Amino acid sequence: MSTTSIEKTEKHTTTTKTGVKKVMHGNYAASYGAKVARAEVIAAYPITPQSQVVEKIAEFTSSGEMKAQYIKVESEQSAMAALITASQTGARTFTATSAHGLTLMHELLMWASGARLPIVMVNVNRAMAPPWSVWAEHTDSIAQRDTGWMQFYCETSQEILDTIIQCYKVCEQEDIMLPALINEDAFYLSHTVEPVEVPHQELVDKYLPPFNPKPELTLNPDHPAVFGSLSKPDEWYPEFRWMIHEAMERAKKRIKDADSEFGKIFGRSYGGLLDLYKCDDAEVVLMCAGTLASTTREAIDELRNEGKKVGLARIRTFRPFPVEDIRALAEKVQAIGVMDRCFTFGYEGPFFTEVKGALYHANNKPKLKGYITGMGGRDVDVQLVKKIFADMYKVKDGKQDAETVWVDLKADVNNMNAWLKVR
Amino acid sequence: MKIEIKSMKDLPMLPKTLETTIGVYNTGAWRSAKPILHEDKCNKCYICWKFCPEPCIRIKDDKGNEITPKIDYFYCKGCGICANECPKKAIEMVMEA
Repeated sequence: MSTTSIEKTEKHTTTTKTGVKKVMHGNYAASYGAKVARAEVIAAYPITPQSQVVEKIAEFTSSGEMKAQYIKVESEQSAMAALITASQTGARTFTATSAHGLTLMHELLMWASGARLPIVMVNVNRAMAPPWSVWAEHTDSIAQRDTGWMQFYCETSQEILDTIIQCYKVCEQEDIMLPALINEDAFYLSHTVEPVEVPHQELVDKYLPPFNPKPELTLNPDHPAVFGSLSKPDEWYPEFRWMIHEAMERAKKRIKDADSEFGKIFGRSYGGLLDLYKCDDAEVVLMCAGTLASTTREAIDELRNEGKKVGLARIRTFRPFPVEDIRALAEKVQAIGVMDRCFTFGYEGPFFTEVKGALYHANNKPKLKGYITGMGGRDVDVQLVKKIFADMYKVKDGKQDAETVWVDLKADVNNMNAWLKVR
Repeated sequence: MKIEIKSMKDLPMLPKTLETTIGVYNTGAWRSAKPILHEDKCNKCYICWKFCPEPCIRIKDDKGNEITPKIDYFYCKGCGICANECPKKAIEMVMEA
């Protein structure tokens, strides 16, 4: 096998107190995350742009660097089915997928959460066909909103690696026991090479104890049981659902705790559920998820130099949704814009809908506007984000011309970024 | 084993039936065709036992000795996989009365 340029660059490392810095893309960061988190069973099926995640893990397991069982399966549905069973035996499980692979898993995602299995999965956010696209969009994961999985959106490759470790810490707690989906934007993270620190194993082991579920939750041939029984309308179905709700609500604090404890050991944390940037004195705040946030930070720095009081609230977890944090933010700001890299046909951007819903019962209701942008991996640059901020200032001053606007459509070859009103 | 559930607090975290449903529910009553094993044709290869999707075929007696397969008609739903797989055509599917 020939050595790729990425593998060559990976050999240049710097050791720090907390880890070993290497140059890698987001996909390998995910592989290293699974490795240092000591995932024990990996079942996976390749799909662009995710394949490198599980290819690297296959290398780790075949070389013996990682002690895990690697199961090659015939589809993503089978991958999730295999992990459900493996997790039910008490193994720590991991897989990665993208777009059509994730949506093929849909039914089994619901099974995993209903059976209370703390599976951790990385999804490379990719647009759905047709037209075929392998580039960044959040539609694939947003379509899994109601599956009972926690959902994280990452901004950097380092965050992917660190969030995998944090997720096992949260998901495997006795009174949480829910799966988590960690999202990284296709190509902007999956294939962009940047320095990533792989934490020292002994520090990860100190932070993350082995998965040790209660015996009554695991498959045991000495005590046979049928998992996932029938529950009639007058029995306990809604109560099992209520318990998942309670676990999700509990998870809000646990995610914040896990993030700050991680910060104490490794010097990195990510804002818990809602990552705020220069929001303290901000009049206008943009909200978004994923790599749109990095571009927004750049725009904010430029606008701050021009004297504009602007900020960013990056939605790190879509489920559980940070209702309380968003309401607290709304107390301080005059206008909130929400950028969605996805769209719900027949309505508007899904992140915008959720933010708006969260603020209906808030004490202070800032002005709101939704912006649809970056669909199918279309580049969102600093100039565009600055235009959105300029538009938000009009909204703040009471000149709102639309609820939601689609901001980067190619109306024709002479008009490469038309703003079209959605509503 | 039975656990009495009086409130939500008694519920286990996951919906689970203790022990096994084998020998509890007479799913044999669902059968429209019944597998009949002709012992004279059987060579005890146990392929039927391997392929039975529910453990309805017994290949050992109480003492653990290997025997000509016996079918558990209380649980067997009559799917016919055993008859289809049998290389000696020793299992015949007969319509239930």
